[in-house]
Amino acid sequence: MSEYLRLEGIQKNFGSFQALRDIHLSIAKGEFVCFLGPSGCGKTTLLRIIAGLETQTAGGVLQAGRDISLLPPAERDYGIVFQSYALFPNLSVTDNVAYGLVNRKVPRRAITERVEELLKLVGLPGSGNKFPAQLSGGQQQRIALARALATKPGLLLLDEPLSALDALERVRLRSEIRSLQNQLGVTTVMVTHDQEEALSVADRIVVMNQGVIEQVGTPRQVYRDPATPFVADFVGKINVLPGRLQPGRSVHIGRLRFECELDAVAGRDVKVYLRPEDLLARPIAADDSNVFHADIEKIEFLGSYCHVSVRSADIGAQALTVYLSLNYLAEQGLEVGSRLPLRVMPERMRFF
Amino acid sequence: MSAVLTAPFKRPLQQRAHWTDRIAHGGLLLTVLALAVFLALPLAAILAKALENASGDFVGLANFASYLDSPALKQSLWNSVWVSSLVTVITLPLAFVFAYALTRSCMPARGLFRTIALVPLLAPSLLSALSLIYWFGNQGLARGLIQAFGFENIYGAPGIVVAECFAVFPHVLMILVTALSLADARLYEAADALGTAGRRKFFTITLPGAKYGLISAALVAFTLVMTDFGIPKVIGGNFNVLATDVFKLVIGQQDFQRGAVVGLLLLTPAVLTFVIDWLVLRRHTAMLSARAVPYKPKPAAGFDALMAGYCSVISALMLAMLGMAVFASFASLWPYNLSPTWKHYTMGLVDAEVGSAFVNSLKLASGTAFFGTLLVFTGAYLLEKTRGLDWARPVLRLLAMLPMAVPGIVLGLGYIFFFNAPSNPLNGLYQTLTLLVLCTIVHFYTTGHLTAVTALKALDGEFEAVSASLKVPFFKTFWRVTLPICTPTLLDIARYFFINAMTTISAVVFLYSPDTKVAAIAILNLDEAGEAGPAAACAVLITAGSTVVTLLFMAVGWWVDRRTQAWRNTAGR
Repeated sequence: MSEYLRLEGIQKNFGSFQALRDIHLSIAKGEFVCFLGPSGCGKTTLLRIIAGLETQTAGGVLQAGRDISLLPPAERDYGIVFQSYALFPNLSVTDNVAYGLVNRKVPRRAITERVEELLKLVGLPGSGNKFPAQLSGGQQQRIALARALATKPGLLLLDEPLSALDALERVRLRSEIRSLQNQLGVTTVMVTHDQEEALSVADRIVVMNQGVIEQVGTPRQVYRDPATPFVADFVGKINVLPGRLQPGRSVHIGRLRFECELDAVAGRDVKVYLRPEDLLARPIAADDSNVFHADIEKIEFLGSYCHVSVRSADIGAQALTVYLSLNYLAEQGLEVGSRLPLRVMPERMRFF
Repeated sequence: MSAVLTAPFKRPLQQRAHWTDRIAHGGLLLTVLALAVFLALPLAAILAKALENASGDFVGLANFASYLDSPALKQSLWNSVWVSSLVTVITLPLAFVFAYALTRSCMPARGLFRTIALVPLLAPSLLSALSLIYWFGNQGLARGLIQAFGFENIYGAPGIVVAECFAVFPHVLMILVTALSLADARLYEAADALGTAGRRKFFTITLPGAKYGLISAALVAFTLVMTDFGIPKVIGGNFNVLATDVFKLVIGQQDFQRGAVVGLLLLTPAVLTFVIDWLVLRRHTAMLSARAVPYKPKPAAGFDALMAGYCSVISALMLAMLGMAVFASFASLWPYNLSPTWKHYTMGLVDAEVGSAFVNSLKLASGTAFFGTLLVFTGAYLLEKTRGLDWARPVLRLLAMLPMAVPGIVLGLGYIFFFNAPSNPLNGLYQTLTLLVLCTIVHFYTTGHLTAVTALKALDGEFEAVSASLKVPFFKTFWRVTLPICTPTLLDIARYFFINAMTTISAVVFLYSPDTKVAAIAILNLDEAGEAGPAAACAVLITAGSTVVTLLFMAVGWWVDRRTQAWRNTAGR
């Protein structure tokens, strides 16, 4: 795939505060990239630099081979959607969507057709005569999306577009945005603090923290193979246990010895990262290795699955979270205070 | 990160300006320039005059020293301070209870009480002084009443204090009503759930909530009285205050240097007020979160009746003031023949040139309303919604807030010093209606500016970003989106400018010529000439004019709401 957008050594200082430090990133044509991170990590600032709404302190931006580092927003080529929708409240839906077309001296017939086409595309045909206030939040954001796409920009920028919506609408609209993006093939950058959102829609995720990129990778890579403790912590739920590496691909955790896939210098103290789903309650055979026994301390009921908090004196003092199905708990008659065996998958252990 | 990239001396990158950005920058610079020439430079001229002698040589603080040597002027300073303090102390509790009744009781006719209490805003402030003279003056209807209280007559300090109380009341009331309306019902519900007594709720929730409003109102009252010129001029007699001293020094004795010193003295409390207000208000953020539930008073027969009684008394006093001026303006020969006649109106309008002065007033008010709104709103828009030229923005913000701290009389003084100077190329403006309009716009700039900024900040901050991404220049979005949304605000600002231009005296009293005399000034001249009847007629005329225009603005506002704001109240939300 050919490169479409390149960030080279982007830095941004606000006074003495460094919001972004030496950001390098390359985005391919047609790719859907998410900037993911906690608030204040610099993801929105980076998006606004791409849009030209902020100017980087140092560094360059290349879009489609053109150096746009110092171009004002009006001379760049992108459509943008904000968390607040930013629809013009006194203009009808049609006038909102046509806002950028009218200025380009497109003939009126063509404008009308294009608006109709876009409204159909975002699933709101026939709502052209309404005012934004007559639409729900999700509908308004669809109109904002149509307005951003109207002029066929080469780049679509989405700044937390789903954050103002309720949970159901958020899930619905994110899959719509993804399928729309597939359909149009427009290169898209979306900023979000919601890891589930990023995992579900992105081709690649850029995980950011305190002004630096922690990891760039596909959702699967970021989840399964986090590059740093921060990524492991921030994306998905994870258990952290202190351990000590042993010769022969094994690690001591508490009193127990577990097999692992890391053949490293023995005697090194490490932190072992284990996702709840990497601790299996079944199937466990009698002679299986990597098994330990733990007591159930708390069961958080979440429907078909439960988050179960367990503790085992064998591997240390802290509690672990595992996911167990409601059926399994019922079958085994497990409740708070019960003891159960758990098996650790050696290939899923991550060490930092 | 590498040390080279973060080196502090490295110049940050700067975005290239789009041609539309350049237009915005040009507009911004013009606004700054206008406020610099018509506000900052005249104020600087006062400072310069205060530091030089009559022939223009620098004398340091000699003028201040000679001022302090003059017992008469020191007396004026003391008079100004204690009168202003007394008026503040009287007005604040009276207005607080009135505001409390309006916002926290279920008494009947709240709208009517509110309207009556705000009526003085439509009249020149000296109307209350004229009325007081008719009530309690040497030939007043109820002269015996004040003598029973032990006052010889109304002229001097007693008259000034009472008249100022009436003039300042609506200003204080507006601030307190706003402060008391910003109540979160959930706090009271929580207090009720904890079984809190009414008195404790008042002292732990209501009063702290209105604290900033009270401070602000007290400062405003003090400054307004301190710098008011009309009332002491009309009813002050031999009781001198700083504001009348300035006039006598500058217009009477042509002693510009000492006039400048007094001007600076008048500026001091106003600037102090401004700074305190700013410091206090800066901490006063987010008192009312977006989740707050507006407080709704519950009916309580006894309390509501008490409040209604109180408001009736205050309203009656307000109406007595206004009514007396109206009544006297129709009386044939005060106090001997009270039969109604139009002669003061006809005589005043024709013989004393009040007619042309009234036309001048209307011209001044219309010009101020139109150009003032244009300048204020465009300036606020460019300030809040465009990008770049970062050094100019704090400058404009400061210049826009400064007029609040500059009393009209000081501004007028600065205009004389600056525009009357023969070496000034703008000298030709002196005594023209154009300069009166500019002076009045600057005088009332801050309130208009704050209103505009508030309205603009309520708009989505990303409209301009979206427009730029769609390659629509900002001025098209200004025209198609911002202006239509803000039309009600524009009307508010225009009305504010109009009413104030109709009733203002303090700034323009230094700047008019016989050709550009306005009606509010005509009252002063008539009063000085002993023409009390025509003076009252003229004051009533101004009040009537302001009222009609206010009603007109309300009608236009209603029409605009119906025609262009349909998108606001759309169903289905």
